[in-house]
Amino acid sequence: MIPAAFEYSRATTLDEAIGLLSDGGEDAKLLAGGHSLLPLMKLRLAAPTLLVDIGRLADLSYIRENGDRISVGALTRHRDVETSDVLRTHAPLLAHVAGQVGDPQVRHRGTIGGSIAHGDPASDLPAACLALGATFTVVGPRGERQIAASDFFRGFLETALEPDEVLTEIGVEKTTGAGWSFQKFNRRAQDWAIVGVAAVGGSRPGVALVNMGPTPLRAGAVEQALADGASAPEAASHASDGLDPPEDLNASAEYRRHLAQVLVRRALEEAGAA
Amino acid sequence: MRVTIRVNGDVEEHEVEPRLLLVHYLRDVVGLTGTNIGCDTSSCGACTVLVAGESVKSCTMLAAQADGTDITTIEGLASGDQMHPVQEAFREHHALQCGYCTPGMVMAAVSLIAENGELDEAQVREGLEGNLCRCTGYHNIVQAVLAASRVPSTSAS
Repeated sequence: MIPAAFEYSRATTLDEAIGLLSDGGEDAKLLAGGHSLLPLMKLRLAAPTLLVDIGRLADLSYIRENGDRISVGALTRHRDVETSDVLRTHAPLLAHVAGQVGDPQVRHRGTIGGSIAHGDPASDLPAACLALGATFTVVGPRGERQIAASDFFRGFLETALEPDEVLTEIGVEKTTGAGWSFQKFNRRAQDWAIVGVAAVGGSRPGVALVNMGPTPLRAGAVEQALADGASAPEAASHASDGLDPPEDLNASAEYRRHLAQVLVRRALEEAGAA
Repeated sequence: MRVTIRVNGDVEEHEVEPRLLLVHYLRDVVGLTGTNIGCDTSSCGACTVLVAGESVKSCTMLAAQADGTDITTIEGLASGDQMHPVQEAFREHHALQCGYCTPGMVMAAVSLIAENGELDEAQVREGLEGNLCRCTGYHNIVQAVLAASRVPSTSAS
């Protein structure tokens, strides 16, 4: 399978990337690791006329401690998130989830920013960011802005990013020592989750769901039940409240609702969040 | 566009279309057909090569993205008649049936061992999750990679 023809520009600075995106209009797309975009282009489900390759912007690949927060550059590869001692200690959910994405080859190329900007409801890292209450930094021709993860995912493969904006950083509060859990239910090792659950305990508990709707989702009804003092099984019984999960060859909507309740209960118990 | 890529130690310079995939570049432009195309959807791992020493699925990377990098394919592993320890272990343990997945399995294993050194069985099975064997001949593949990971020189190669 061969993608439709496109122009290719490699950006050497963030400003250059933003300029190229602005000039390219709506049919320009950013290319980082390419592990979400290139498969879509090969299937001709996406056919951008210009690819702006930001894969060489090394100054967007970093993991930094800032007091009680950690900043992760958007071009940090899954492999580097997975093996980071700082993240394993202070945001272990994020490091663990990065290690669950795809397979080792995918994790050598794919980036955390690419996964989030793609906004796929079936991908793992957006749910981890939602559970952790992450903040995303985006930069465009009108300057820089911060977007809460819970405001970022708008519709199927649709995010709050404008076409000429670049996601540059993922910021999370440290959850050092807090319980956490990631439940990924799939049939084959490298598959997407049929349903997944990311949960953090501690002082600011968060629960988020993979593949339970058109976007990565916070499990709001579960979080509310926890805040009201519910036990893990009680809170988990609200896992699919108000949700309209997809149906596909792996699972009916009803089976996904059942899975979400079972997996949320397991996640809450493992994270000690109830 | 013009790309300069070091493939198995030789510098290659070619004019390519931006949409040319790395696997097609290696097979059709450079003429190295040891790297196979399997699923073509970044699932099966048959097209695995090393980019800067790390395993990558070459069906999901543009030749343009590989510009300026160092690539190793299955053809570049042996030193003359001396097979790479992972290749040697695959022969010793009969770690192939039809052989289609073998180049990708070997390249993924080389990267896995370089990153982790000596492995246990669970690490091998998880580390090869991105490579599918259509013969389901995993048992001997796992034995071969376990054995290769115990060869002291493998991690350094």
